[in-house]
Amino acid sequence: MASERFSPRRKSKTRRHTPEFFGRFDPLKEEMVCILAPDGTCNEALRPPLSDAQVQQMYRQMWLLRLYDRKAIALQRQGRFGTYAPMEGQEASLVASAHALAPQDWMVTSYRETGAMWLHGVPLKQLSLYWMGNEWGSHMPEGVRVLPISIPVGSHPLHAVGLAYASKYRGENSIAITYFGDGATSEGDVHEAMNLAGVFQVPCVFFCQNNQYAISVPRHLQTASRTIAQKALAYGFPGVLVDGNDIFAVYAVTREAVERARRGEGPSLIEAYTYRLGAHTTADDPTKYRDEAEVEAWRQRDPLVRVQRYLQQRGLWSEAWEQELLAACAAEVEQAMAEAEAVPPPPPQDMFRYLFAELTPPLREQEAALLASLQQRG
Amino acid sequence: MEKRTLVEALNEALRLEMAADERVILLGEDIGKEGGVFRVTEGLQERFGAARVMDTPIAESGLVGMAIGMAIAGLRPVVEIQFMGFLYPALDQIINHLGRMRNRSRGRFTCPVVIRVPYGGGIRPPEHHSESTEAMLVHTPGIQVVVPATPYDAKGLLISAIRSPDPVIFLEPKRIYRAVRQEIPDEPYTVPLGKARLVQEGNDVTVIAWGSMLHEVLQAAEQLAAEGITLDILDLRTLSPMDVPAIVASVEKTGRAVVVHEAPRTCGLGAEIVAQINEKALLALEAPVERVTGFDTVFPLPQLEKYYLPNAERIAQAVRRVLAF
Repeated sequence: MASERFSPRRKSKTRRHTPEFFGRFDPLKEEMVCILAPDGTCNEALRPPLSDAQVQQMYRQMWLLRLYDRKAIALQRQGRFGTYAPMEGQEASLVASAHALAPQDWMVTSYRETGAMWLHGVPLKQLSLYWMGNEWGSHMPEGVRVLPISIPVGSHPLHAVGLAYASKYRGENSIAITYFGDGATSEGDVHEAMNLAGVFQVPCVFFCQNNQYAISVPRHLQTASRTIAQKALAYGFPGVLVDGNDIFAVYAVTREAVERARRGEGPSLIEAYTYRLGAHTTADDPTKYRDEAEVEAWRQRDPLVRVQRYLQQRGLWSEAWEQELLAACAAEVEQAMAEAEAVPPPPPQDMFRYLFAELTPPLREQEAALLASLQQRG
Repeated sequence: MEKRTLVEALNEALRLEMAADERVILLGEDIGKEGGVFRVTEGLQERFGAARVMDTPIAESGLVGMAIGMAIAGLRPVVEIQFMGFLYPALDQIINHLGRMRNRSRGRFTCPVVIRVPYGGGIRPPEHHSESTEAMLVHTPGIQVVVPATPYDAKGLLISAIRSPDPVIFLEPKRIYRAVRQEIPDEPYTVPLGKARLVQEGNDVTVIAWGSMLHEVLQAAEQLAAEGITLDILDLRTLSPMDVPAIVASVEKTGRAVVVHEAPRTCGLGAEIVAQINEKALLALEAPVERVTGFDTVFPLPQLEKYYLPNAERIAQAVRRVLAF
C-alpha cells in the first residue's frame, strides 16, 4: 500500500519484542494492569525498572502538581486565575505517562493535563500565564514539543496523528502522544483520529484518562463498550486498560506503547482508569451529580498515598523528608505563580499580530481603528 | 506556452511544487489511483508515491485535523475535499484550530495548510454538490480564502497558496474546470494572494465577481458593449483578505457598482462589499450598489438550477438598473 521509502524503521523489526502488557491483558475481559496496590505493595514481576531516586522524584512531582492545583483553585476564587480544570486524583496518570517520553516526542493535550505538559518541558510559570488569560502562556519554549491546550473536546488527537505521520514520513525518531478523556471518545474526531492512525500505522499513542465523568455525565452514558481500551481493537491496533492511579503500571504500559511506536509498530491505546477527585472546572459543582461516598472510596485509592506507602515500606520515606519536600514544592509553585502574575498584560495590538505571518490590510485598518478609539477615550 | 484548462493548470501547480519541495504532501479521498474525482491530481501518486499522495479514509474533519499536525511538524499538506458540501464536517477543525494555531501559540506553531475545495453550481449534480458558502469562511479569522477564475490564476494562486506560511482555503470553480482554456507558462510562477485583478476597463459600472461568475459577467459585458455600456470588471481572486483598495479605486472611477455571487444573498460576501463601498466611497456613488446573487434557498436540483444561478442576463439587467437610477 505505502511506497518503499515509507518504512523508515523497518530495520528494528529484526529483534522480536515480546509484549509485556499489550495483547496480554485483554481489554475485552476488563483485565487491568495493576502493579502497585493501594496498600503500597508491589508486584515485583511486573515492576518497571525505575530507581528508588526516580520513584522519589515522581512522588515529589505528583505532590507539586497537587499543590499547584490547590493554589490555582485558591487564586481563581480570588479572581487572580481564570477558569481552571483541576487534576487532583489523576497525578499518577499524568506524571508516570510523561516519564515514558523522550524529549523529541510530541505531546498533544486537552485542558486537564497541565501536569504532563509541565513534565514535558513547559514551565509552570508559562502554564499559569495561560490560565491567567494570557496567550503568551501557549508560546511554548523553543524545542519543547508540546502543543497548546486544546479545548474543543476530542478535536486534538487528530493533530497528534498528523505530527506522527510527519515523523514517520521523515524517518525521525519521534512519536506523538495525545491525552483525552472518557467523554472525548464519543466525539467523531477521536474515531477519525484512531482510524487514520491505524490505516497509516503512525507512531502515535492515544492516552485516555478515564476519570469516570465528562463534567456530570458518567462513563456508562458515553459508551456501551465494556472498556474504552477495547475500542483500539476495532481500529486494528492494541489497547490496554491500566490502573491510572498506579505510577508503575501507567509508566510500564506507556513505555511499552512508546517503544512500540518508536520501533515502527504503529499506534496503541491506553485507558488509564482513574478518578477526578475535584470539580470539572472551577465553574462546576460536582455534588450535583455524584455521591460523597463514591468520592471517598476513590480517596482511598489516592495515587499519592499509594506511593507514600510504597516508599515507607522500602524505608525511602521519613516525616522530615516529606515536610521538606512539601515546603520546596510549595515554594516552587508560589514562585511560578508570582512570576506569572508579574507579567504585564500584552498590548492591544497583540490581538491582531498573530493571525498571519504578516499583518493583512484589513487587520491593519481594524487595529488602527481600535488604537484611535483608545486614544480618543484618553 | 500551451493552452491549458483550469484542471490541467492546477495539476501542473501541484506537480511543480511537489517536485521542488519534499514537504508538500497531498491528502484526500480518491486522489491517488483515481487522480481525484475531477482528475486534478492525476498521475501524481504514480510519480511521487503513496506516502506523498495519500488516498485516505472518508473523513473530512480527520484530514484537516491531521494536516494541522503535519503542518506544525513542518510539512506542507494540501488537502482535497471532494465537494464544498462535504467540507462542513471539517469546519470545527478549520474554525477552532486551523485559523487559530498561530494566534493561540503566539507564532510558535503555524499551519501552512492548503484545503482545495471544488465549489459552486452549474454542473447538474445531485444535492450537496453545488454549494458556494465562501462567506462563512471569509468570516473565519486566521484563514485566507482564494478563488481563481482562469487557468493562469489557478496555477499562480495555487503555487502562492502552497508557499504561504498560513492556511489557505482554495475554492475551485468546478463549472469551468474544463470550460476555459488559456495559454500559460510551463515554469512555476506565482500570482500574489490578496490582490484583485482588473479584468477589463470601462467607465460606466464596476462589476465585482469571482470564480465562475466572472465568465457570466464577461458575457454580460459583451451584450452591454453593444448598447454602448462599458464595464470595469474586477475579479477579486482572494476573498480573504479582500483587496478593498481595488474595489474603492474602481467605484471612485465609475460611481456605480454591481456585485455578483452565486452564494445565497443574505450575509453573502456581497453585503460586506457593499458595506466597504459605503464606508470608503459613498460620495462617489451615483446609485445604490446592486447585488446579483443566488437566493436564500437550498441550492436546487438540476431542473431548477438555471433559475438559481446568476447569469449574463440578470447581470446585464442589474447594470442597466444602476445606470438608470
